[in-house]
Amino acid sequence: MREINVKEITSAIKEMCITVNHDLSDDMKDALKKARETEVSPVGQKVLSQLEENLVIAKEKTIPICQDTGMAVVFLEVGQEVHFTGGAIEEAINEGVRQGYVEGYLRKSVVGDPIERVNTKDNTPAVIHYSIVPGEKVKITLAPKGFGSENMSRIFMLKPAQGIEGVKEAIRTAVSDAGPNACPPMVVGVGVGGTFEKAALLAKQALTDPVGLKTEKPAWACALEEEMLSEINGSGIGPAGLGGSTTALSVNVRSFATHIAGLPVAVNICCHVNRHTSKVL
Amino acid sequence: MDKKINLPITEEISQDLHIGDFCFLTGEMYVARDAAHKRLMELIAEGKELPVDLKGATVYYMGPSPAREGRPIGSAGPTTSSRMDFAAPTLLDMGLKAMVGKGKRTPEVLDAVVRNKATYFAAIGGAGALLSERIKESEIVCYEDLGTEAIRRIRVEDFPVVVVADCHGGNLYESAVKEYKRSANSH
Repeated sequence: MREINVKEITSAIKEMCITVNHDLSDDMKDALKKARETEVSPVGQKVLSQLEENLVIAKEKTIPICQDTGMAVVFLEVGQEVHFTGGAIEEAINEGVRQGYVEGYLRKSVVGDPIERVNTKDNTPAVIHYSIVPGEKVKITLAPKGFGSENMSRIFMLKPAQGIEGVKEAIRTAVSDAGPNACPPMVVGVGVGGTFEKAALLAKQALTDPVGLKTEKPAWACALEEEMLSEINGSGIGPAGLGGSTTALSVNVRSFATHIAGLPVAVNICCHVNRHTSKVL
Repeated sequence: MDKKINLPITEEISQDLHIGDFCFLTGEMYVARDAAHKRLMELIAEGKELPVDLKGATVYYMGPSPAREGRPIGSAGPTTSSRMDFAAPTLLDMGLKAMVGKGKRTPEVLDAVVRNKATYFAAIGGAGALLSERIKESEIVCYEDLGTEAIRRIRVEDFPVVVVADCHGGNLYESAVKEYKRSANSH
């Protein structure tokens, strides 16, 4: 058994909130650079150049990449040999978010109640997903989610007979409806299978996969990613929705077993500021 | 075409603007988003005076991140305009001349843009750090209790935007997408 004081979780999350909002992961930066080089529209190239310049300014001057610094989504994979000490884990996570957003000059975008809508003023609570895994480590993944793109995400409960064509149509519909609102070029997270909530969770997790990841997934999923990326980039929506050949940087699919009667498909759309970072304690 | 424009936007300036024009705005504009629009519409419904002067005004749909010391504002990119569609036609009819945001608008908003010889600009979504540097001053006008959603007055210099809906009925989100849509037989 390994003891971990929850203070370590708090300080890791605080630091991750701040860094992830000022510096994108290398795979996202590379994808943006590649997009600028291949974009056919002059307006689209101009937009992509602005986005690259924005990343440089954000990092050098410590200004968040996007003013929507998101609602904090935390995935906590806890080794079953771990024993947390020093307090409640949920409160430790929220304390990390609180410190990160307050001390890091990040925007507080969370309201405590969806109808009464009073801002909590410290961006808590986070949305937390726990899983228990073998071992004695703790892996924290933080993915703050902006709502311009979150609002354009969809879930579809398809019939099994609709098969892969139904999945493609679901992705097409979500991306086309999202259009300029989701701040393209976007990353499209797709969850196929499971139950209603499992599909949504898979789609969210898919957004944390590196651009172009092709391991640990079935052949149909890899083929679907390639085909849909090409098709989405032929839609004409383009960077910022102003027309062009770069509408998505990546389509990331995750799948899971499902019921004989169903084919759930969730499409979680993220803008080009697809922030995610992981740390193992 | 790149154009340098001094705010406020007048009818004459609006008539000279066409979709696809890249513009650099210099001058003052208001900042307001969801909760502030809700309050403004409540005041209008009650027939009360507004805390802002809409005549010839430009509104930027934005909620900034907090300013670090020595800076006027934090990250400051546009939010999705469609959430303000419920209020935009009324505000345009009351004198609002330009909106800066991102994304599609309803036909009612686009009609109001044409009817009032106004302009709808897009700033590049997710370029909040770059846009922050073009904002030179910022002060809260009212609704400080709304935090990031308070109404602000900002002074911008060479603030980069694109005309996405003009007073001639043009809609760049419709026309540009058609232009770059890959035809089915070119796959």
